[in-house]
Parts: sequence; structure tokens; C-alpha cells
Amino acid sequence: MTVRFAPGDKVRVRLAYPPGHVRTPFYIRGKSGSIERMCGSFRNPEELAYARSGEPHRPLYRVRFRQQDVWPDYSGAPADTIDVEIFAHWLEPA
Amino acid sequence: MSNAPGDHEHGHAHDHGHEHGHRHPPQADHDDRLTYYKVMEIAVRELLIEKGHITADEVRAAIEAMDARSPATGAKVVARAWTDPAFKTHLLADGTAACRSMGIDMGPTRLVVVENTPEVHNMVVCTLCSCYPRFLLGLPPLWYKSRAYRSRAVREPRVVLSEFGTHLADNVTVRVHDSTADMRYLVLPMRPAGTDGMDEAALAALVSRDSMIGVSLPRRP
Repeated sequence: MTVRFAPGDKVRVRLAYPPGHVRTPFYIRGKSGSIERMCGSFRNPEELAYARSGEPHRPLYRVRFRQQDVWPDYSGAPADTIDVEIFAHWLEPA
Repeated sequence: MSNAPGDHEHGHAHDHGHEHGHRHPPQADHDDRLTYYKVMEIAVRELLIEKGHITADEVRAAIEAMDARSPATGAKVVARAWTDPAFKTHLLADGTAACRSMGIDMGPTRLVVVENTPEVHNMVVCTLCSCYPRFLLGLPPLWYKSRAYRSRAVREPRVVLSEFGTHLADNVTVRVHDSTADMRYLVLPMRPAGTDGMDEAALAALVSRDSMIGVSLPRRP
């Protein structure tokens, strides 16, 4: 699978609720941020958890979100961020 | 396995120096309840041993090795980064390879090292479970695995930090790292003031576990 995003690209996390072993936390679904780095490619945990191969490898990104974009009533400083590792198939261009 | 709590009323001060003729409920054991997954673990382990795939001693040795890891390893890495600029550059660029160069083999684990500066403070959490850089820090503390820490570290990190006694100015950016997939995170704390003449071993003694999770700062000399 080709790498689709570069550092700095704006992305949005898919707002979806599939069943199973999903490593995309609920709180970050539907939120927008920017690519912090490409982490590499890894076997898909959503398949691995059920004793399947997890192939092909999926690109994994660290995505940086502004806390104020994640929590509308965030009490900290406006520049505060949260970084989350998210697989490419959970990301779309924003 | 059953306890008999509440056998009697505790209406008096206890003095365990003498027999007083009634039973005390035993303190609950950590393993007093067999959950579904505990039963499954025992069943699978016993089957693997019975069929000769692994031995009981191998299981024991693996647990012993896990328990033997400690934050002292992470502290050595931090102290090296504080004293060796080339190592620090390597550590921030490729944490796994830099640790390997110190003889710390992390297996397939990918390490991301995040650096605290006067402008940025980093803090690590795993909201989904308890992912933690065990090769460098040993087993995670119980609070790291608690639902309260896992949910509040992302929701109100500055409040959580203040509960750990870490008060940051508003102009310091707080960066939380949620360890959701294949990366593991180590915070590289700032070297404390007044440590100029100290060697690596003395510096490592200042590096606490919590400062490498990012909920605290290193000790002062």
C-alpha cells in the first residue's frame, strides 16, 4: 500500500464504529489534525486480533490534534496538543 | 476459594496478641476470583506445557525477566542523552537504534523519544490499555493502567499533572502522547539546573520513572 500522507498534511479521522479490535480511540473519531510523522507500516491489528495474518502491512501515522479541536471545553492552553497513532485506513484528507 | 467475610461484627478494638475466640475475615487475595480470562490463561498455559511446547520453568523465567526490568535502564538512556549530544540526536531520530547502541535490545518495539524543553512538556498515556516502554521502565505502575488516568490524561492533562505535583506555566505547551498502536514513548526530561559537574551515573540517579512518563520532573541534586 502506498503512503498517502506527508508530515503537515491535514487529515480527518473517519467517524465510524465498526465492531472488533480497533486501535482508533472513540474520542478522536471525526476529529481533524495534521500528520506529525509516518511511523512505518505494520500488520493490521484489526485482523491480527482474530488470528488472521494482518497482511498487507498498513501505514501508521502519528497525527497531532489541537486539544481545543478535540474537546470544545478544553481547560488548558490553546497551544496544547494530543498525538495519536492512527492507521492510514482510518484517515481521510481534511 | 471462598472467603467468609462479615462473619462477625467489629464492635471493639482489636488486639491480636491474644486469642479472642472468633474468626476474622481474611484479607482478600489478588487472585480470589477466577475470571473468564484467568481461567483461559491457566487452561492454555497448562495445555502448552502438557503438549511439550513450553515448560513451566520457561514461563517462570519469562515472568522473572519481566519483573527484573526497571526504570534504571531508562534513566541510563536519559543520562547518556544529557551528556552526549550525538547520542541525544540519535535517540530523538531513532529511539530503538540508539538504545540498541547502548546494548538495550527492545525486540520489535519501536521507541519514540519526546523531548521536554522550556516551551514544551510531554506526557504519555495509553487510553486503550496499558502500552508502556517496559524494556526501559519495567512494569507500568498501577495508576498508569487505571481508567481514571487513561481518560483524564487526555481530557484534562494539566489537572492530572497538578495532582502529581507538577505545575506548568500557561505558556508551556502540554503535548500528550496516546500510545494507541505500535510505538512506545519515552519522555526525555530537561536536565536539572546545578548538575554541571555530574557524571552519567550521578545524573541517572536523578531520573525518576515518573519523569520519563512525563507526569513529573527529574529530582534536583
